[in-house]
Amino acid sequence: MSGIAGHGAAVHIENCGKTFPDGTQALAPASLDIVSGETLVLLGPSGCGKTTMLRIIAGLETPDAGGRVLFDKTDMTAVPIEQRHVGMVFQSYALFPNMTVAENIGYGLKIRGVDKAARAARVAEMVALTNIGGLENRRIDQLSGGQRQRVALARAVAVRPRVLLLDEPLTALDASLRDRLRSELNSLLRSLGITAIYVTHDQAEAMELGDRIVVMRKGAIAQIGTPREIYFAPQNRFVAEFVGAANIVEGPVASGRLTLPGGWLALNDAADNAAAVAMIRPETIGIVAEADAFLRGTVESVAFIGDRQRLVVTGAANKPLTVDAPNTINVRAGERVGLSVTPQAVRVLPKED
Amino acid sequence: MSHRNFIWICLLPLVVVTAAFFLLPMAQLLAVGAGGSRGVSAYLAIITEPRYRATLINTVVLAAATTVATLVIATIAGLFLQRHRFPGRAVLIAMLTFPLAFPGVVVGFLIILLAGRQGLIGAITAAVTGEKVVFAYSIFGLFLGYLYFSIPRVILTVMAAVQKLDIGLEEAARSLGASPWAVQRDVVLPALGPAFVASGAIAFATAMGAFGTAFTLATNIDVLPMLIYTEFTLAANFAISAALSIGLGVIAWAILALARSMSGGAVAAAG
Ligand SMILES: Nc1ncnc2c1ncn2[C@@H]1O[C@H](COP(=O)(O)OP(=O)(O)OP(=O)(O)O)[C@@H](O)[C@H]1O
Ligand SMILES: [Mg+2]
Repeated sequence: MSGIAGHGAAVHIENCGKTFPDGTQALAPASLDIVSGETLVLLGPSGCGKTTMLRIIAGLETPDAGGRVLFDKTDMTAVPIEQRHVGMVFQSYALFPNMTVAENIGYGLKIRGVDKAARAARVAEMVALTNIGGLENRRIDQLSGGQRQRVALARAVAVRPRVLLLDEPLTALDASLRDRLRSELNSLLRSLGITAIYVTHDQAEAMELGDRIVVMRKGAIAQIGTPREIYFAPQNRFVAEFVGAANIVEGPVASGRLTLPGGWLALNDAADNAAAVAMIRPETIGIVAEADAFLRGTVESVAFIGDRQRLVVTGAANKPLTVDAPNTINVRAGERVGLSVTPQAVRVLPKED
Repeated sequence: MSHRNFIWICLLPLVVVTAAFFLLPMAQLLAVGAGGSRGVSAYLAIITEPRYRATLINTVVLAAATTVATLVIATIAGLFLQRHRFPGRAVLIAMLTFPLAFPGVVVGFLIILLAGRQGLIGAITAAVTGEKVVFAYSIFGLFLGYLYFSIPRVILTVMAAVQKLDIGLEEAARSLGASPWAVQRDVVLPALGPAFVASGAIAFATAMGAFGTAFTLATNIDVLPMLIYTEFTLAANFAISAALSIGLGVIAWAILALARSMSGGAVAAAG
């Protein structure tokens, strides 16, 4: 045992698929490696199989035949959840209503036969770590949502789990609390150095918390990568559109140029293609004088958001382009503008149907 | 018409019915109880008179045993039935809850068919051991009859409560290392507490007051409802039977109130 969290296991998932008895294929066979101490985020829209994947790792679901789950190279596939030594935080928190806060946090230790004094010490440590001092003797129904979330986290971490599994732990909270707890959770996970698998459908949460993100779609893995890779180099249109805002443009590519209705864009080493699809992030498009640009369009609308302004520009591409411009430039709807985009900012995507 | 008047008008039928069919007869019963040769002390006879007291103890013990046994059996069955899907499940539930509609007489009859002098168990034991086992007319026959009576009601309540249990609680306990037994002990049973109190109260009260089964079986069993019946019809002792009736009601109510207050902490915590 090392540190406050204990040892974080490396998790290896091999060919794990899941078909439910009613015939629903929630997960196509997938493989995944999670490094010891890493926070891996499973991100995807509702129903894409995130929870199913998490439950397979936890041992609450068995994968279809051929699938294996390993912790530190030990096959855990047949090991029931009570012996896997995982910590779980549920979206509903699932706190025991017949126990106090302290009893909830200490439950896993009590079940494992830790003596009373050591248990009390560990509970106190967790209470301090999660900032819930003074609530120890409260009943669960006397806590706010944010406090419940902290207790659920403290309870899961108290047993020094090999892997911490979190299923949308912040979704039930209101927006401002969610933002605050998100950054708290982030620094907590970093300081614990625990292996964590975090399920969410919120891409901002995924970006902030994840060392790496697994984007999932319809029971399959769409892309695995660091937040930057996922954001700047999406491998397909689904990832590009699901993570952040994206302009998807279509046109022919010849000799390093993507031709669009309003002009052309320079590309970094792109193969010739009669019908290419490319992604451009709204904040990578610069607004310049019409004469200075190779791509031009008409400003259709300007929305001032405070820290920036969001323009919609028509005529440049086959679809209106969204542009996040600095809040200082002065443009009006109806104006002709030039658009400047660096070659690195244009990401050509594989053609899909 | 004001909102308040409207509510009073809606409540009027209830008030009339309560007064006519509940309060008036109860008042009459109270008066009859005190109007005999013993006067008001008739109300104490249920405790002071040794024969009545023995019957009272019999009845309470029988009702308590029935309640405990019913809760144990119905909880196990209810948990299983609510959590598992298997062919024949619907039929099994229908069968288990079938006796809901039976009057006590029919239940008594069933017990006689099972364990009476010409009963199934008698025939089997006679063939196997040479000795005929007959217990339908004993307190055990009555106990069995009451079980038969109470299990359906309790099973339905437990199943409804189990359905409302957050399965996440059990999964959380398991993830923390709790064995299946520990999960039942620490999570499931506490969460079912309110359902136990509610359905246990009904089972207990039903067993305290059940008459039909006792009447059908009773050759040598003394339970309070039977005692009231014999005092009333055979001895024409109206005052005593009225006092015993009130006593039966008060004691059943007091025991239930006690059980509820003792489980109160646990129930509130589980809610
Ligand atoms: N026990 C089950 N039986 C049948 N189908 C199921 C079962 N559990 C989940 N599914 C289906 O499997 C698919 C994936 O479910 P899962 O819960 O993993 O999605 P999710 O990505 O966690 O979604 P959400 O963001 O809404 O929680 C869904 O289509 C769901 O309806
Ligand atoms: Mg889910």
